[in-house]
Amino acid sequence: MSAYLDVIIAGFGGQGVMLAGNLLAHAGMDLGLNVTFIPIYGPEMRGGTANCTVVISEEEIGSPIIRRPKSAIILNQPSLDKFQPRIEDGGTQIVNSSLADVSLVENERLRSLCIPADEIAEKLRSRRRLTNMVALGAFIRATGIVPLEKAVAVLSKTISGHYTGLIPQNAEALKAGYNYTP
Amino acid sequence: MDSGRRLLLKGNEAIAYGAIAAGCECYFGYPITPQNEIPELLSSALPAAGGNFVQAESELAACNMLLGAAATGARAMTSSSSPGISLMQESISYMAGSELPGVIVNMNRGGPGLGDIGPAQGDYYQSTRGGGHGDYRTPVLAPSSCQEAYDMLIAAFDLAFGYRTPALVLGDGIIGAMKEPVNLWTPERRDHGESEWRLDGARGREKRLLRSLFLEEGLLAEHNRHLSAKYAEMQREARAESFMAEDAELIVVAYGSLGRIAKSAVRKLREAGHRIGLLRPLLLYPFPSAALRKLAEEGRRFLTMEHNTGQMVDDVRLAVRLCADSDFYGHMPGSLPGVEDLMAPMLDALRRKS
Repeated sequence: MSAYLDVIIAGFGGQGVMLAGNLLAHAGMDLGLNVTFIPIYGPEMRGGTANCTVVISEEEIGSPIIRRPKSAIILNQPSLDKFQPRIEDGGTQIVNSSLADVSLVENERLRSLCIPADEIAEKLRSRRRLTNMVALGAFIRATGIVPLEKAVAVLSKTISGHYTGLIPQNAEALKAGYNYTP
Repeated sequence: MDSGRRLLLKGNEAIAYGAIAAGCECYFGYPITPQNEIPELLSSALPAAGGNFVQAESELAACNMLLGAAATGARAMTSSSSPGISLMQESISYMAGSELPGVIVNMNRGGPGLGDIGPAQGDYYQSTRGGGHGDYRTPVLAPSSCQEAYDMLIAAFDLAFGYRTPALVLGDGIIGAMKEPVNLWTPERRDHGESEWRLDGARGREKRLLRSLFLEEGLLAEHNRHLSAKYAEMQREARAESFMAEDAELIVVAYGSLGRIAKSAVRKLREAGHRIGLLRPLLLYPFPSAALRKLAEEGRRFLTMEHNTGQMVDDVRLAVRLCADSDFYGHMPGSLPGVEDLMAPMLDALRRKS
């Protein structure tokens, strides 16, 4: 079976769900793999719910829309309620325990890793804005779908314009999530 | 241009890049979801490439500007989504009648009326039956990936100028919002002989008239015969992707983003040992009727799947009518189609074996 992974990344608007998905897709593309990224969000820029689906595959990708994903990155409680039941048996999920009730996390059916992504992000003296990168770092470690160095390398291709100054902090957050041990 | 590069692009962005690669000189449009990234990107990229960008006061104005630019032989386009495309039908009919080339992109959304902003395929009839008044057809290209969105913009300009006709590219909100790697390339600029008909000043030559009004005895009949002959000639442009069809009992016919979701479903059912294949029209007009007829003559059965309540199924039935019929599954506009939604109706159709 050739390399294949799909993931739903979900949280509220403003948490950087789309940026994390873009980064993952970009890293996959730069590894020479086929990728799709599709965003789904409400009309709100901030405060609403947001999720995106990324598919990374050695083979041609058919559907970019995945109802039952093999993995998920879940950044808040409403996303845990909505997406955890949809993950395929034996799938992997990263759950942001800073904003979700860990007692509701399924550990038998799924391979779940809870990570206090907001607390870790705050320690990086960056307020909460790096939650997405911390969680993505943990996801990359758990799935091995792309090397950490590749994810760091494509930061400069996904973070644009006047935010480029934040690339070092984002790299640090990816590494912090990658190196997290519960 | 970034020719030779591989970029991660939204389908809407791929359309804008494809238009520039095709040599598009003018864009006219009016905002509507889910296609706004097309004008957003072109508003800066097109002037940077030496072209002109105009945000018009309405869709009708945008499409009439397209008609005017086309009359001068300029490579021009507009883009919109379903309700906006309805407003453009008057000018599209005039362009077809006056034999003016131009590209119209429709990122189909849910309907009728304002519908929603989600993906749908409810504009199949409007796109393939002319759409406006009078006897005309337009080539319709239906991308199912971001690369195809790019490539088909280039193909649409070639068809438009090659046949002197408005040409449509029909996508939806999935193609528009999805990101995929796209290989950028630039085609050789082809001369389609526009210097023979365009309005570029009559000094030193006979004056020219581009029109769709033919009042003189016999002229309109002659004009319609000429257009019909052109559409008959256009049939050679029909294209379809065939996937696992060689030994398939059941052929699924689906296009655009639903076509690629159907492909995933076909692949899964193949893994489970079901003899099922896919024919995905790349152009909806001209329709790949000959390919379907051949499959029907070989004894295959058919299931048409659309993100609407049943439109392309008419064309499939017409194509196979002498020896077969087609089942139909329609996924309702207003809900996103997933692989699982398509697998069950495929299995049902397989079991309905005669």
